[in-house]
Amino acid sequence: MTTTPLTVKDYASNQEVRWCPGCGDYAILKAVTKTLADLQLPREQTVFVSGIGCASRFPYYVSTYGFHTIHGRAPAIATGIKLANPALDIWVVMGDGDSLSIGGNHTMHVLRRNVDLTLLLFNNEIYGLTKGQASPTSRQGTRSPSTPRGSIDTPIAPGAFALGAGARFFARGVDVQQAQLVDAMTRAHAHRGAALVEIFQNCVVFNDGVFDEFTARPVVDDNQLYVRHGQPLRFGKGGVRGLRVRPGTLTLEVVTPGEDGVTDDDILVHDEKDLTLAQMLVQLKPPVFPVAVGVIYDHPAPTYEAELMAEVERELAHGHDFAALLASGQTWER
Amino acid sequence: MTNNGSPVRELRESAVIRFAGDSGDGMQLTGTQFTVESALAGVDLATFPDFPAEIRAPAGTTFGVSAFQINFGSVDIQTAGDELDVLVAMNPAALTTNLRDLRLGGLILADSSAFTARNLEKANYAANPLEDGSLAPYQLLSLDVTRLTQLAVADSGISSKESLRCRNMWALGLMLWMYDRDRTATHEWLRQKFAKRPDLVRANIAALDAGHAYGETAELGRTMSGFRVRRADLEPGRYRTVTGTDALAWGLLAGLRATGLPRLVFGSYPITPASPLLHTLAKLRNFGVVTFQAEDEIAAVCSAIGASYAGALGVTSSSGPGIALKTEAIGLAISAELPLVVVNSQRGGPSTGLPTKTEQSDLFQAVYGRNGDAPLPVIATATPSDCFEVAIEAVRLATKYMTPVMLLTDGYLANAAEPWRLPDVASLPSFPVARRTAPTGFQPFLRDPETLARVWAVPGTPGLEHRIGGLEKSATSGHISYDAENHQRMTDLRAGKINGIARDIPLQDVALGETTGDLAVVGWGSTWGPINQAVARVRRDGLSVSHIHIRYLHPFPTNLGELLRGFRQILVPEMNTGQLVTILRSTYLVPAEGLDKVTGKPFLISELRAAIRARLEATV
Repeated sequence: MTTTPLTVKDYASNQEVRWCPGCGDYAILKAVTKTLADLQLPREQTVFVSGIGCASRFPYYVSTYGFHTIHGRAPAIATGIKLANPALDIWVVMGDGDSLSIGGNHTMHVLRRNVDLTLLLFNNEIYGLTKGQASPTSRQGTRSPSTPRGSIDTPIAPGAFALGAGARFFARGVDVQQAQLVDAMTRAHAHRGAALVEIFQNCVVFNDGVFDEFTARPVVDDNQLYVRHGQPLRFGKGGVRGLRVRPGTLTLEVVTPGEDGVTDDDILVHDEKDLTLAQMLVQLKPPVFPVAVGVIYDHPAPTYEAELMAEVERELAHGHDFAALLASGQTWER
Repeated sequence: MTNNGSPVRELRESAVIRFAGDSGDGMQLTGTQFTVESALAGVDLATFPDFPAEIRAPAGTTFGVSAFQINFGSVDIQTAGDELDVLVAMNPAALTTNLRDLRLGGLILADSSAFTARNLEKANYAANPLEDGSLAPYQLLSLDVTRLTQLAVADSGISSKESLRCRNMWALGLMLWMYDRDRTATHEWLRQKFAKRPDLVRANIAALDAGHAYGETAELGRTMSGFRVRRADLEPGRYRTVTGTDALAWGLLAGLRATGLPRLVFGSYPITPASPLLHTLAKLRNFGVVTFQAEDEIAAVCSAIGASYAGALGVTSSSGPGIALKTEAIGLAISAELPLVVVNSQRGGPSTGLPTKTEQSDLFQAVYGRNGDAPLPVIATATPSDCFEVAIEAVRLATKYMTPVMLLTDGYLANAAEPWRLPDVASLPSFPVARRTAPTGFQPFLRDPETLARVWAVPGTPGLEHRIGGLEKSATSGHISYDAENHQRMTDLRAGKINGIARDIPLQDVALGETTGDLAVVGWGSTWGPINQAVARVRRDGLSVSHIHIRYLHPFPTNLGELLRGFRQILVPEMNTGQLVTILRSTYLVPAEGLDKVTGKPFLISELRAAIRARLEATV
């Protein structure tokens, strides 16, 4: 169809964007359209599927095919689309309540089945569209209209959940850190199978600044660890600090090479295919540790639809005779 | 005895046999094989498998009894039969739970060795009924089937535990002799079933043949001379027996072929009694069927909706509780106007209810059970073979009108079997489905002026990229719209589209009788057989009664109201507490009256006949 390259603008729909001014979703939309343009993805082959929530309005704002479905069910709908036409390039946009509360079951199963989908989890740790109730990722003590004295339940950790469910790809990005976010989504898209990107998204109205402890400009260097495959796990201004395995344990610790006998060689090197390392990285948080962002785990396995379609092809090769099917078993003439 | 020594067989028009035993006694297989041999002999028949929800209930208990009933005859057979002529009772629990259905003078074949003190106690018998004379109103054939079976299989080299499992074949052999049936197909079936265990093949065939020989040689008196049931007068053609599940699966496939769509995606989650449809379709991948066992009922329907969105034929199936879970998603398919077939194999409710027992109490759920004004067509199956046609019709309506269609069947039809004349595949319906490809002037909610169906624009088609969803949408562009007048218009359009289907379905006919008269008996679903038989009998008594059977429950055929008004009285028998009767009354303001039965078992012809007579006599 297209002869001239598509620009970022070509991936924007003609709909008026209706998120609150200053919402992190604007930055994510920008990063997504940039990713689509970078990859020159054909619009007619691309489908955005979402559930319900602020994030789920997303499909209306891109010029590809889009399906705004029902709360929590986007992974299930997307699976069905894939079963009908595995050639389609499907992106699923989900919120934290959407994908980890009402739709937690579908998220778990789409990950363990390994359906080839790019899953974007917009995590703002709050229910926005219903006016600010605590969500399954809200930290303990979150005061909200539904938890006026502070929430008491333990939040779910999306990374631990995903890896526990058998995800073969997990990455993290921050809404306003565009270059890293585009890179995470590009990698997720390149991954064959279910690829989940958790995006820390700031809700300016109901949960403003909830990620400041590791995204605010003054603390980014000290409290964020940007991981790259084959690179040492270093952070802090100039990479002065790093992570190592605490000797004699299976836990991580923050160390400074050159101090206390620690050398550069002691710093762990990131391996995207190391599930144990990934499981430790997704648990890190301030004040003791930095938050890991970037591609934390990328270890492909056969996809669900590839295995299914191979079976369908094998069966189709057996031929099909409808009349013979109806007459199978015992028949008699009258 | 005749001169050559073979007994004279008594001619019977029809007979009803029920095999009853523990859920581990193989009664379903026994009944199924009796059905096969009867079908091959050319009689008409109907079966009723009736089994507990427990897979292997504790042995000897009344709640663990599994039964299989077959009615066969040289006449038109439409039900599994009111009264039993023969009850095969493999233990006391089977006897006590089934005896009430045996006609006076009917035959009991009981395995006396199973009537132990322990088993009698489990069945609440104070004394052994085989010995205390309490079965005097019946003919009792009390045999030590266990010992006779063990003798027969002694040379097969199987364990004594395995030899006990052959008891059902001995009983089957005797029943096949009693009704003059062949055993060849059963021999062949045993050879295939136990292909890897030649010793079990030998043993089961030996037990079967021994049961048959017992009848042939035993001196059991005149009543044991055996019966003969002539071939039924069926339309010429090639026949097979078919269960509702088989017919439904093949009907969906015939529907897929009619549309020309490349793929059927069947999203389903295991539930009784709907799972057999998933099992049957899972074997049909070579016909373009993709079955998907989802993580839950919601994912099952959502995967089917996703598949329809992407241009395949999406189908989902469940029973009442599962349909309840799918409800929100069905609303999405109504709002997004996507084709979808939803099969409900109804069972007893509410909640978990009676998973293995039949009921037709989900009609309100089908017609009304969604949030918002959310209309969809509802159609129902009448008999096992009718499932084939109704499934094709569901696919036609779903694709032609871009709408979910609710197909109501039930647990009885799913498992019951009857003879089916094989259709000529070349002359099955064809209704190719058009999908939009032209970008010029495209909008996702452009409608066919005739059907009001919107265009089907499938991802992957260049130039048709668009966004849809469950929010109210502007009438043609599909953009989100909260405009008041637009919502009124869209609500009217959705209703108008479904109501318009009434013009595209056959006029309501009368299944039996005149189009006016004293009483119309109106039914839907699996009550077809008993109502038709009951009406036929009261008509032979000279009563002015007609049978109206409604396949299209929403929307109704355009002439239904006028037809109903032609009768002085309207009686609506239903296996619920009055759902169709309520809809008929509210739709047509006619004085219809209900007749309810929710015992988990189909209506008997006799109880319907009595109700019809009572109704007419009360108003004379």
